[in-house]
Amino acid sequence: MSTTEKDIASAVDAGGQHDHHEIPWIRKYVFATDHKMIAKQFMFVSLFFLVVGGALAGMMRFQLGFPGQPMPGAGILPDAMMAPTPNGAIMLPEFYNSLVTMHGTIMIFFAIMPLLVGLFGNLLIPLQIGAEDMAFPRLNMASFWLAVPAGMLMLASFAVEGGAAGAGWTSYAPLSTSGEWTGVYLGQQLWLVSLTILGFSSLIGAVNYITTVINLRAPGMTWFRIPLATWSLFVTAVLILLAIPILAGALIMLLFDQTIGTGFFRPEVGGEPLLWQHLFWFFGHPEVYILILPAMGITSEVLSNRARKPIFGYHSMVLALISIGFLGWIVWGHHMFQSGMNPLLGTSFMISTMAIAVPSAIKTFNWLGTLWKADIHFDVPMLHALSFVSMFIIGGLSGIFMASTPVDIYIHDTYFIVAHLHYVLFGGSLFAIFAGITYWFPKMFGRMMNEPLGKVHFVLTFIFYNLVFFPMHNLGLQGMMRRIYDFTQYDFLQPLQPMNQFITLFAFALITTQLLFVFNFFWSIFKGEKAGNNPWKSNTLEWTVPSPPPHGNFAEMPTVFRGPYEYSSPESDDDFLPQTTPPREGPGPSSGVPEPTPTPEGAEA
Amino acid sequence: MTTITADRAPMAGMKVYHLKLGMWVFLLSEVMFFTGLIGSYVILRFAHPEAFGVPGEVLNVPLTAFNTFVLICSSVTMVKAFAAIEQNDQEGLQKWLLATILLGAFFVGVQAWEYTLLASEGFVPMAESYHAIARGAAEGSEVIGGPLYGATFYTMTGFHGAHVSIGVFCLCFTLYRARKGAYTAGNLGGVEIMGLYWHFVDLVWILLFTIVYLI
Amino acid sequence: MTWSDWSWVLPEAFSTFSDDVDMIYYVILWVTGIIFVITEGVLIYFLVRYRHKEGRKATYDHGSSKLEIVWTTATLVVCLALGIVSKGVWDTMKIDVPEGAMEIIVTAQQFEWHVTYPGPDGALGTADDFEVLNQIHAAVDEPVWIHLRATDVLHSLFLPEMRVKQDAVPGKDIPVWFEATATGEYTIGCAELCGIGHTTMNGTLTIHTAADFQAWATAQAQRPRPRP
Repeated sequence: MSTTEKDIASAVDAGGQHDHHEIPWIRKYVFATDHKMIAKQFMFVSLFFLVVGGALAGMMRFQLGFPGQPMPGAGILPDAMMAPTPNGAIMLPEFYNSLVTMHGTIMIFFAIMPLLVGLFGNLLIPLQIGAEDMAFPRLNMASFWLAVPAGMLMLASFAVEGGAAGAGWTSYAPLSTSGEWTGVYLGQQLWLVSLTILGFSSLIGAVNYITTVINLRAPGMTWFRIPLATWSLFVTAVLILLAIPILAGALIMLLFDQTIGTGFFRPEVGGEPLLWQHLFWFFGHPEVYILILPAMGITSEVLSNRARKPIFGYHSMVLALISIGFLGWIVWGHHMFQSGMNPLLGTSFMISTMAIAVPSAIKTFNWLGTLWKADIHFDVPMLHALSFVSMFIIGGLSGIFMASTPVDIYIHDTYFIVAHLHYVLFGGSLFAIFAGITYWFPKMFGRMMNEPLGKVHFVLTFIFYNLVFFPMHNLGLQGMMRRIYDFTQYDFLQPLQPMNQFITLFAFALITTQLLFVFNFFWSIFKGEKAGNNPWKSNTLEWTVPSPPPHGNFAEMPTVFRGPYEYSSPESDDDFLPQTTPPREGPGPSSGVPEPTPTPEGAEA
Repeated sequence: MTTITADRAPMAGMKVYHLKLGMWVFLLSEVMFFTGLIGSYVILRFAHPEAFGVPGEVLNVPLTAFNTFVLICSSVTMVKAFAAIEQNDQEGLQKWLLATILLGAFFVGVQAWEYTLLASEGFVPMAESYHAIARGAAEGSEVIGGPLYGATFYTMTGFHGAHVSIGVFCLCFTLYRARKGAYTAGNLGGVEIMGLYWHFVDLVWILLFTIVYLI
Repeated sequence: MTWSDWSWVLPEAFSTFSDDVDMIYYVILWVTGIIFVITEGVLIYFLVRYRHKEGRKATYDHGSSKLEIVWTTATLVVCLALGIVSKGVWDTMKIDVPEGAMEIIVTAQQFEWHVTYPGPDGALGTADDFEVLNQIHAAVDEPVWIHLRATDVLHSLFLPEMRVKQDAVPGKDIPVWFEATATGEYTIGCAELCGIGHTTMNGTLTIHTAADFQAWATAQAQRPRPRP
């Protein structure tokens, strides 16, 4: 313990003085080029957007739980959103459509994606491969500072005439092509401009990540010694690189349709509305994997560490990541089974969709295999990672229903889909984000998060989350459509009122519970228990440097001798064996992971 | 950035320096961007052949063929510039960079001129304005442009033109740096990635010219 | 709320293919249900069995290629089998419109359904066609072939009790068909966000006996109305 504290002290001395004297404040905290600071910037901004997205969801749930009733405290909102009545303010349908659209957009593009890619990509990639920083630090800074105005434009669109975009996060044409159809003119255009800017931000981030992983690995860090978190972020970066330009092209064409009167997606002048859907989902399905692959990587990392056991089937985990990356490009049509696309295509997309279930299943079975005969420590990150696994099982299995084309006819565009996507995005991605933040918090801030508070937050979140989203499967099976302002307009849906109210009440509980996390997060930054270099006794490179790591990360170039998951190896007296520990002299396996080239080639150079 | 890695011996990677690798990776995404635009054009044209004119009748093919030749020449001068700095020939580098800039700017200029010619003939990317122009046009004049043909034409060639313009701008910066002696035979990364980008833009144009003007 | 509301059972359906759809749903429900119970059961068992205790050390093990091959193959077989089962029903519902079906046109427009009937001559597009709003009428045990169209934005014709859903796309004429097996009043809904009034875009599907339907159609055709 004392040695680690000494390590910190010396690091703070070395790094701290260095930073204070040579890097001006504005370059250190605002226009920072240090990947760890950029990671934190992404984290704070996207946690803010997570709160915004949650608030939008709360308002939406109020309308669904208590349709047409005045919303307490909503009088402060402008009349364009809430119609004032003597009893209070009642939500307008156009505002509900904006809520639907903006909740989806903000959660996907401004919360989950920047948390997974912006935060963990920036934080982990250089540290886990043994690099001093990204390949292009200034480009990295540009990536963040493009995301900020994009987010501001998106928020500003609530305040403009006509309100925020209201054609769904998918912005299906022709609804989105003209304010004539939605009543939203400028808001829809701001939505397009904002996403185009954000796309460019993601794109240059992806160029940076890919270059960094390929070119900046420390000696001995062969491809099959890269930790799975970095592997998943690398595959994600490739998906972003190739998918975002398609979205950008489509967004620009839609913007032209709205502003200068072109007709790409406008059927009234001969355009093709389905072209928008094809372009959107050709981007959109890879996007789905952009939102889940890093979560899988984080889970693998935490699971193996807290189970004190090598990840089960490291190579098949990597191959599964790569095959998801490939198959993700040929399944987009499964979002469009009922769109009017040629039904013959439906069958081929169904088969490819069934095929992509395989790598996801492989990953799940490997996580279970990792827990077999393990030594499981139930710390907060582990609890979140385990709930990722169990929720991902539900989300994955419910996906089979809509992959089957005839069943999809009935459940398409119903709450069954809403349940499914939240089991993957909230139960999956967000739990993995909680796992990742609590796991790497000590590395970011040098302090541990409060464990008991974290457990309370986890248990409540887990329970409320399931009470909110599991009944939605049932709503969908009873036929309740999604994106519907007032389901009581339909006689056959009126019996669903009590269940909707139930969901709404627990949604409020779920949102309120997150205050525990917010409190724990800020309290622990200042008051948390001090963490050493390696509080989780982990093998990967980021835990060999001080917490938080100094500018430049590694005092000297680390050399890697083995794979990242050598837990409980007989080669070590302790239950972990860092990647940088030189192999023992004499006979014996130098590396547990079978390597095509077992010698650390870089080390000899 | 070179100082960060100078004293280190990391894994071999792709055995190219960061800037070059980064440019290759970036160009991959550019490929996808133009794939999206060209793909949309192909789909719309197959779905609505009647909305698209015969290229030779509406567009000025000989003019653009000449312009294509100019752009190909600019790729040659770019290669010359790179060859010059490989020999540490500073004067040659500056000379050939300037030639590339002039040819690139000429290309953009001709494209802008072509746009004004087309627009004056009523070849515009939107329905509403098209009608306005058509009303004033002579009796029996051919229906041209419009929200599909005009829109795809201007979007594809316009985004390409924007890429050329950005390229000319970056070339000017490269020339400015070259005049200050920033490049040597041992340090020519900036010139090389500029060349990669320029050749890519050239290649895209050959593809666009074939698809839009010839087929 | 009462937990009796909760059910994995689909609401009753009344079309010729609804039993096939529901059957596939229940097959998938059983398959995924069993996989769910096994995987979550194994997960919980491992969590309890291998929880940290003083002196426990995890087994040093990197996995098993044999197991990887087994579960990859098993997943592939199950998924492909479900795919093959689904294909036949999909083709029936979306591709093979039966011959001799009564043809009607349903045109979706913000925020109503315009339903055009062929009139006494039995042919669409003639002067005796008549139109009704937000209601589809059909005879039991008679196939109906809907030409689904839209004039402005995307809509989606949703007949939950018939297990029918199909987006209406402006500029396209999409065939939709069903054959009801019981008389009664059912729901017409819009399942694709189509603007401010999306939520109000509902209607009634009335399935008559053959004689009643004839009577209704005759009455409608004779009702005087301004020609559009």
